[in-house]
Amino acid sequence: MALTEPQTNRIDLKLVAEMVQPGTRVLDVGCGDGALLALLAETRNVDARGIELSREGVADCVARGLSVIQGDADTDLADYPDDSFDYVILSQTIQATRNPRLVLEQMLRIGRRAIVSFPNFGHWRMRSQVFFQGHMPVTDALPYSWWDTPNIHFCTIRDFVALCDLIGAEKERAVALDAAGGKVGVNAPWWFWNLFGAQAVFLLKRG
Amino acid sequence: MRDPFPSLADPLKEANEPSSLVARFGPEAPLLMDCGVVLDHWQIAYQTYGELNASRSNAILVCHALTGDQYVASRNPVTGKGGWWTAMIGPGKPIDTERFFIICANVIGGCTGTTGPASTNPETRKPWGLSFPVVTIRDMVRAQAALIDSLGIETLFCVAGGSMGGMQVLQWAASYPNRVFSALPLATGAKHSAQNIAFHEVGRQAVMADPEWRQGRYLEEGTRPSKGLSVARMGAHITYLSEQALHRKFGRKLQDREAPTFSFDADFQVESYLRHQGLSFVERFDANSYLYVTRAMDYFDLAADHDGVLACAFAGTKTRFCVASFTSDWLFPTADSRAIVHALNAAGASVSFVELESDKGHDAFLLDEPNLFATTRGFLSAAARARGL
Repeated sequence: MALTEPQTNRIDLKLVAEMVQPGTRVLDVGCGDGALLALLAETRNVDARGIELSREGVADCVARGLSVIQGDADTDLADYPDDSFDYVILSQTIQATRNPRLVLEQMLRIGRRAIVSFPNFGHWRMRSQVFFQGHMPVTDALPYSWWDTPNIHFCTIRDFVALCDLIGAEKERAVALDAAGGKVGVNAPWWFWNLFGAQAVFLLKRG
Repeated sequence: MRDPFPSLADPLKEANEPSSLVARFGPEAPLLMDCGVVLDHWQIAYQTYGELNASRSNAILVCHALTGDQYVASRNPVTGKGGWWTAMIGPGKPIDTERFFIICANVIGGCTGTTGPASTNPETRKPWGLSFPVVTIRDMVRAQAALIDSLGIETLFCVAGGSMGGMQVLQWAASYPNRVFSALPLATGAKHSAQNIAFHEVGRQAVMADPEWRQGRYLEEGTRPSKGLSVARMGAHITYLSEQALHRKFGRKLQDREAPTFSFDADFQVESYLRHQGLSFVERFDANSYLYVTRAMDYFDLAADHDGVLACAFAGTKTRFCVASFTSDWLFPTADSRAIVHALNAAGASVSFVELESDKGHDAFLLDEPNLFATTRGFLSAAARARGL
């Protein structure tokens, strides 16, 4: 049986994968159906592990041959020893955690580096929905209404940078992607990213 | 022509001369037991399914639970019933007999052909009874390892089992890490809880309170502690189910009657069901074996063998693990599986874990659970790829 073809159409997954050195140990927190882990295992030859909340996601991952445990980012990262991994990845999940600061601290404890990708709530479309229409933003990437969203801790790129500073995380790399998936001007200032980045990917290490 | 309705075998004869395959060991290969006793003459009864490949790399050892036997996917000669895990094992099943060579052996202390209290002690020519040494899960695994040696298999592709079978899986991974390529412990724990020991003690006391038990010498005296063993089974059987399963199956429904009889007959269906479970159990199981095998589970505490740190039991392991629990299992609740996963993570082991939704209680691992089958199939397929099978 061949491995299911990894879904490489998600630009942020490709970007995250590029940040991972080959042959390393990787933990993907909130790994879903294992698309990123499968991509990393195939293209970067990593020892890929995952945590996923949903039963269906775990079952999909196990069927793919990935080592994934059913668990919760907010509680189960505490179970891992220090420096268990080279990279701990949180892909499009931080906004759904109960305690993003604790999760980020745990990631940097158990991994030498952390990679975090998240939707930027400071994007101009978001701002304009609040500003002009006066309601919580609903977009193609974030299709939920405020009352049914699993995303309970939204932040902007600026907010995330502030959290990194607060916990002493060092930003090794940061990339912002516009709504079409193109990289937002590499040398642009933070305010520009914060306005035109639909999502951001950060590579962090302990400060 | 084969008799389509072969007569049922005598359980007493099966204890020494099983209908299944059997490997016999003498003083050249004694069994060194945890209690300090050395068994010079012992045997292990087993059954195999499928074909061992040329490189001897496709063997799966299936470990049975408390009252299981080697007939995992074939007719039990004593009961005449089919194998106890045919939902999982067979051609095209998740543990595929067309792909893998499956071995299942009766445990040491058991009563279907492996040496145990119902076997004849070669020195006295009488049944061992209570003079049989107390067995542990590790003893069971040592005996299985001797069998695997005798079959010329160095590394098992997988060791799989639920409940007490899962304990053996964990012990295999801890005792022989290089001989276990992958491990599938289901609905189990790395130790027996106080509650579980308590239930077992009630069962043992029921057996020993039966006057027909005769201080364990019932085989010599020609009696059977059927009432005691039956009550033990009834109590234990409740722990294998769940409140929801009992409610769904029986509720408060009455058994073949319109109204309560104002007596202590089995008015309720659930009573009738439990009585039937107890009675059919005593037909096939030896009462002393029940004492020994329950004791083995009680003594199991894998962390205790490693200074109380379960992760140390798996230090440096290369084995791939897949752990699964069931939502309604209160005998080995998900917390027990999580403790195993926690330790495996701490040891840096490759581990998958899933809690499966089921209202069938502890017994779910033996039943038709599509999610368990899908998980097992996926895990074994991926492991087979990694093993080059």
